[in-house]
Amino acid sequence: MMDYEIVIGLEVHCQLLTQTKIFCGCSTDFGNPPNHNTCPVCTGMPGALPVLNRKVVDFAIRAGLATGCEITRNSVFARKNYFYPDLPKGYQISQFELPICLAGHLDIEVEGGVKRIGITRIHMEEDAGKLVHPEYSGGVSYVDYNRACVPLLEIVSEPDMRSSAEAVAYLKALREIMVYLGITDGNMEEGSFRCDANISLRRWGAPHFGIRAELKNMNSFRNVQRAIDYEVERQRDILDGGGQVVQETRLWNVERGVTMPMRGKEEAHDYRYFPDPDLLPVVIEEAWIAGIRAGLPELPAAKRRRFAAAYGLSEADIEVLTAERAMADFFEAAVGFFPQPKPVANWIMAELLKFINEDKITIEKCPITPEGLARLLRLIEDGAISGKIAKQVFARMYAEADNDPLRLVEEEGLGQISDSAELAKLVDELVAANQDKVAEYRAGKVKMFGFFVGQVMKKTGGQANPQMVNELLKERIG
Amino acid sequence: MELYNCSLEELGRLFARGEVSALAITRSVLDRIAELDAQVGAYLEVDENGALAQAEAADQRRRNGEKISPLCGMPLGLKDLLSTKGMKTTCASRMLADYRPEFDATVVTRLREAGAVLLGKLNMDEFAMGSSTENSAFHPTRNPWNLGRVPGGSSGGSTAAVAAGMAIASLGSDTGGSIRQPASFCGVVGLKPSYGRVSRYGLVAFASSLDQIGPITATVADAALLLGVIAGFDAFDSTSVKAPVPDYYQGLDREIEGLRIGVPREYFAAGLDPEVEAAVNQACRQLGSLGARLDEVSLPHTDYAVATYYLLATAEASSNLARYDGVKYGFRDTQAESLIEMYRRTRAQGFGEEVKRRIMLGTYALSAGYYDAYYRKAQQVRTLITQDFDQVFRDFDVIVAPVCPTPAFAFGEKVDDPLAMYLSDILTIPVNLAGLPAISVPCGLTAQGLPVGLQLIARPFAEEMLLRVARHYEQVSGWNGCRPQLQGNKGKAVR
Repeated sequence: MMDYEIVIGLEVHCQLLTQTKIFCGCSTDFGNPPNHNTCPVCTGMPGALPVLNRKVVDFAIRAGLATGCEITRNSVFARKNYFYPDLPKGYQISQFELPICLAGHLDIEVEGGVKRIGITRIHMEEDAGKLVHPEYSGGVSYVDYNRACVPLLEIVSEPDMRSSAEAVAYLKALREIMVYLGITDGNMEEGSFRCDANISLRRWGAPHFGIRAELKNMNSFRNVQRAIDYEVERQRDILDGGGQVVQETRLWNVERGVTMPMRGKEEAHDYRYFPDPDLLPVVIEEAWIAGIRAGLPELPAAKRRRFAAAYGLSEADIEVLTAERAMADFFEAAVGFFPQPKPVANWIMAELLKFINEDKITIEKCPITPEGLARLLRLIEDGAISGKIAKQVFARMYAEADNDPLRLVEEEGLGQISDSAELAKLVDELVAANQDKVAEYRAGKVKMFGFFVGQVMKKTGGQANPQMVNELLKERIG
Repeated sequence: MELYNCSLEELGRLFARGEVSALAITRSVLDRIAELDAQVGAYLEVDENGALAQAEAADQRRRNGEKISPLCGMPLGLKDLLSTKGMKTTCASRMLADYRPEFDATVVTRLREAGAVLLGKLNMDEFAMGSSTENSAFHPTRNPWNLGRVPGGSSGGSTAAVAAGMAIASLGSDTGGSIRQPASFCGVVGLKPSYGRVSRYGLVAFASSLDQIGPITATVADAALLLGVIAGFDAFDSTSVKAPVPDYYQGLDREIEGLRIGVPREYFAAGLDPEVEAAVNQACRQLGSLGARLDEVSLPHTDYAVATYYLLATAEASSNLARYDGVKYGFRDTQAESLIEMYRRTRAQGFGEEVKRRIMLGTYALSAGYYDAYYRKAQQVRTLITQDFDQVFRDFDVIVAPVCPTPAFAFGEKVDDPLAMYLSDILTIPVNLAGLPAISVPCGLTAQGLPVGLQLIARPFAEEMLLRVARHYEQVSGWNGCRPQLQGNKGKAVR
């Protein structure tokens, strides 16, 4: 379709779900007042020293094992030196020569099958603060260090992607795994999952990669796709016109839908990396890795294969049920209580998702438990309530955080009337009061049977067991 | 003898017995400061009210019958790169002229908990860079033995104060000899502990892999007492070591019979002042008379130590000092029109010449294309220097050497020749590169009445052995408790 091969590599920054920062005990809570989550260590006060949060290493190892990386037994923190107001120490503590994870991969679904994308490395680092430029301040800027020292994993891919669609597929798969691992919330809008893309074009068959541009500031899958597509066009125009792409960092401008240069070549940084003398090498023993490996959750791809085999669900159902680990866990827990996968899946997708999507809450926050849902399905199965009634009960269970459907059914008198004596009495009364209609029925007006069923239902508020009503009526007038 | 000239050990005993109050000791030292410091210039800030209040609190503790630490009620001074909550911590730099930390350094916390009286902050070379305390942005410190001479550096204020009785003891920091060299110049005891023995939390960093806080005292026993309080693991410093802290003081008098002492030939090379050499040789003989066996040893990579040090220390310094950018605290230039300009002007005006020289050197050593030739190579040489020591310590318990090639030099003598200044640390630097403990103890006076120091070096975390050998030497040396005569400005020794 074009003269060039697109070459894309991605650098993903993934904010970790630790309670405290990577080098101090400050909270990582989002949304506190500026500079609320700070201490001498994360604001880089003179004399303060970093102390590594072990949980961050746990998470990094978990990410590495889930993406087939080798775990470096002696990894080293380095200082990346540059000046910026939101960088409190004048350097960022990161990893350079010896990152914690090396040489992994991730398989993505592409047209025509599965493609393996190489993961060059995963390393641990601290985030920087944030500059605030309020309009009222008359040109004065402020710095909020709440985010400074918040732990990040940087996951660097090989330049293995050949289209924006592949890039997005890789990002989605990576995000899904990291969220499944429980190490990030994956929130792109809040910046806890952010991505830079290195993009270059080369003529088909050319031996070397072309000159690349780095794209930043893409905070959704859609923006990643649009920004890459725009950048590919821009570079193609340059190359077609006989020009040369400039190696630079470009920002994606969402409003205008274009990429723009962020800083010129002349400001290219020499980060003067060297091992941070305030931190010891991170020594990882075999047992530490083995412990984490043993605790790894089932990853999305494996889970989808197992769901297909074990539950016989359709691909579309599986897609929805495994999109989030919590959803899949909910489903499996419910099936544990009520071993009929299809109705469980239907109820989750039709009812449960409708409610939580409306309230914009996650399934973890859903007031209905897997056991509650299973009990409800059991009541339907036992014929205690109809499907229609069940939906009312479900709504109340959700609204009142009450997971005992039976109690609700009893309280509301929603249960089916299956008491044959009670129903027989009702039917007898009806027959006695409508002898003319009985006669019509017996004369061949079959539709009259429906009249009697309807009357019973009306009198019982829809709770009469229809099958029993049928049988009783056939007995009396049939 | 005046209280201000007594040792920690003596005063602690008197105080514990109730024979002297902390207030009386503190007043004696504060009066001494008032009388002398205009000449010496050891202090950057004296917290008189704070000190008196702490002394009262110490007296109260004793009256209440609380358990008393050996430092309780003892007036101590702190090098001004140790963070003190609410009290200026300037590093003798214009950059931090008005900086008051939000927190105490771990050593300061430990001193406070021990009931010590903190007198104030002592002068130094700016950011601990220098060997003469001439590089302070505020004023130089003078050597109490001879006011025309430097006290050494960078802990010159800390050593001058102890020598002149303006603090019973003090804390300094040693990156390439900054405790031992000024201790030698001022005739006091200076101990550089093993790297990791004392927490660096709250020590404003010069070169993180080399810096270590240590005691500066009138006697070896005092050094043992002070180290016992400040040493030990600290969860706030990843490089501090989880090793038990022995009772250094109790260990002092154990025998040293059969001790093997190495005398490195490279430390007695050309450039060593004959008077220094004579004093050190005399000390060696006295150690021999105590039953120690002395043999010549070799530390073959000694020649590379200074070059290695000035690559690694400056590389780390260039990074450690990047935070002084005018954004959050300290000096800021207000004329700049842009952010980059603000950084440039702030750092150009806030730092002194020596600091700027080292930042530039370090920046160069780390820059792309030079890293392998300089920084990485220096790390490799550092390993070789460490291995030299390991080799010697297989057969020897202690190494004995001079501290500095010369006694205290005159003001201005080396200030225009940075390389000559750097060479005054030639005999102390290898110890920092190898992370070893070492001590400087007085071992003589030159004909001009300038102190000479003896350096003892031990294997990592063998401070107990180091202090014991120093103590035995001190007792036979005759230099114990030697004080400068200050009123006449002659620098004569009095007992």
